[in-house]
Amino acid sequence: MLWYTGKRLLQVIPVLLGATFLIYFMVFAMPGDPIAALYGDRPPAPGVIEQIREQYHLNDPFIVQYFYYLAGIFQGDFGVTYSGQSVNDVLARTFPVTIRLALLAIFFEMVAGIFVGLVSGLRKGGIFDATGLGVSLVLISLPIFVIGFVAQYFLGIQLGWFSPTVGAGAPLEDLILPALVLASISFAQIVRLTRSSVIETSGLDFVRTAYSKGLTRRRIVPVHILRNSLIPVVTYLGTDFGTLLVGATVTEGIFNVPGVGRTLYQAILRGEGPTVVSFVTIMVLLYLVVNLLVDLLYAVLDPRIRYA
Amino acid sequence: MPDSIDTTTSKPRPEHFVAPLEETPLEAIDTIKAEGKPSNLWIDAWADLRRRPMFWISAALILIIVFVALFPGLFTNEPPNSNCQLANSNGAPTEGHPLGFTRQGCDVWSRIVHGAATSLSVGIIVTTLVFTLGVLFGAFAGFYGGWVDGLLSRIGDIFFSIPYILAAVVIMSVLANYRNVWVISLAIGVFAWPVTARVLRSEILRVKNSDYVTAATAIGVSRFKIMWAHVVPNSIAPVIVITTIALAGAIVAEATLSFLGVGLPTNIMSWGNDIAQAQTTLRTAPQVLIYPSIALSLTVFSFIMMGEVIRDALDPKARAQR
Repeated sequence: MLWYTGKRLLQVIPVLLGATFLIYFMVFAMPGDPIAALYGDRPPAPGVIEQIREQYHLNDPFIVQYFYYLAGIFQGDFGVTYSGQSVNDVLARTFPVTIRLALLAIFFEMVAGIFVGLVSGLRKGGIFDATGLGVSLVLISLPIFVIGFVAQYFLGIQLGWFSPTVGAGAPLEDLILPALVLASISFAQIVRLTRSSVIETSGLDFVRTAYSKGLTRRRIVPVHILRNSLIPVVTYLGTDFGTLLVGATVTEGIFNVPGVGRTLYQAILRGEGPTVVSFVTIMVLLYLVVNLLVDLLYAVLDPRIRYA
Repeated sequence: MPDSIDTTTSKPRPEHFVAPLEETPLEAIDTIKAEGKPSNLWIDAWADLRRRPMFWISAALILIIVFVALFPGLFTNEPPNSNCQLANSNGAPTEGHPLGFTRQGCDVWSRIVHGAATSLSVGIIVTTLVFTLGVLFGAFAGFYGGWVDGLLSRIGDIFFSIPYILAAVVIMSVLANYRNVWVISLAIGVFAWPVTARVLRSEILRVKNSDYVTAATAIGVSRFKIMWAHVVPNSIAPVIVITTIALAGAIVAEATLSFLGVGLPTNIMSWGNDIAQAQTTLRTAPQVLIYPSIALSLTVFSFIMMGEVIRDALDPKARAQR
């Protein structure tokens, strides 16, 4: 396990460097002079320009600038937003909200997805199975902002079951509707994954042995079938985290959730390039860390991975 | 000994049933027919597809969408971006304008008709790009292995580590002044290919030790030719499936970027743009938002459904789970 962990950690390094390099390269290629953008119509004195260029290392070659940027990231410094706030301050304020939203969404999609997938898989070809597959196909086809608006309009405005926008402080009951919307994108995938995994596991020898030992279905289904079917579902959460981040950006924008996603959403809408890049970098780092954790969890769950 | 028993004194024996002589010629029960066309994966898949209503439904939907995109003039008389009168703002349906008007007073139906071409072009360009890059990277990494695999797979990992819509957001922010169908397709496609490459690579790893590869090597076919003529065609089936689904993903990505405001400029018809603009009047005029959403979802639905039936037809494991 130690060896596997070490190997996996080493693999992250080139990916981390490559990803930050790509992002930085895209920003560097951005047309226009950052200082002109900073001052607008009234350019400062040439001396001031020179001082700022020196302060932000703008006179250095591309690769040197990249290393300054990388050093900043490793020291936990993601720069400042357009309005002059430190990105770290904004993160401290918005991050807890997004974490709450994401955890709630993951909870919804896991509970509902695994339940529907398990029942569909156990009764393959039944009415429940056919309905579940049909519903999941429709859900996959609906872009998240369409689901968001439809939910906001019908459940929030027409029926009044939920608050259509999230209030200050983002209380948990206001987050339920955005979390359901966010959960809906991955729900369908989890249903399918669980279903095919359950069908596969049900046909294995150890399940037949369990039946022939005389164990009841009530014990075989949760202990023998479900537990062994969940490994691919857990790993799916890792790759799916990227979808969740993009989904959070759109959902938080629609429901006005004061989280990281809305900050990114508003920065995009206002065309604030540098802020967009800071937040995308943070999301990519988060995505890498989550995937690393899921991979390690996978190795804990499935010994075959460790020794392969 | 049975022969010594006097048959005249013993009880009459029960009659034995003797099956009538039946000479089924061996050929008739032979499962392998020597004559006739040899079957392969694609012929089997087509036979399976032909029987499935879902295939015909999605094929019909896709054909209709392609037809609308190619000949918008047959479905609406309004040219794009014209005849918008503010007096009609958010107006109800009238004669000749079956779906009502947008906030700018444009005809909703004609905007939907003209938006089809944009969505489809983005979908097709992205898919071509993803397919090309994915097949190149996946084929070389899987077939040559060793340091080639190490290098190409790490490059793939790097591109995979940035969720492609986030990457496209950054690219489109950078290229704010150059937004058009080609640029947005490049922005989506450049980061979307690693999944295709991974799928092809793992399939090639499975295929490349087959006997026909050894045979081709033995008769002196070059490595490069073996890869393109034998290994890649035999590993392409799962790539076809995810490419169909990727087309739907690209259409969603374009709409999402346009929705976020970093997609296409407003003078290009795009369902994502229309949905984003209708957002502000959701409470008063929901129809302006609902109709383009239906068009978008239906298009995505038909491509995803097509991908699913093709997967079922090509993958014996998926067929068994039906």
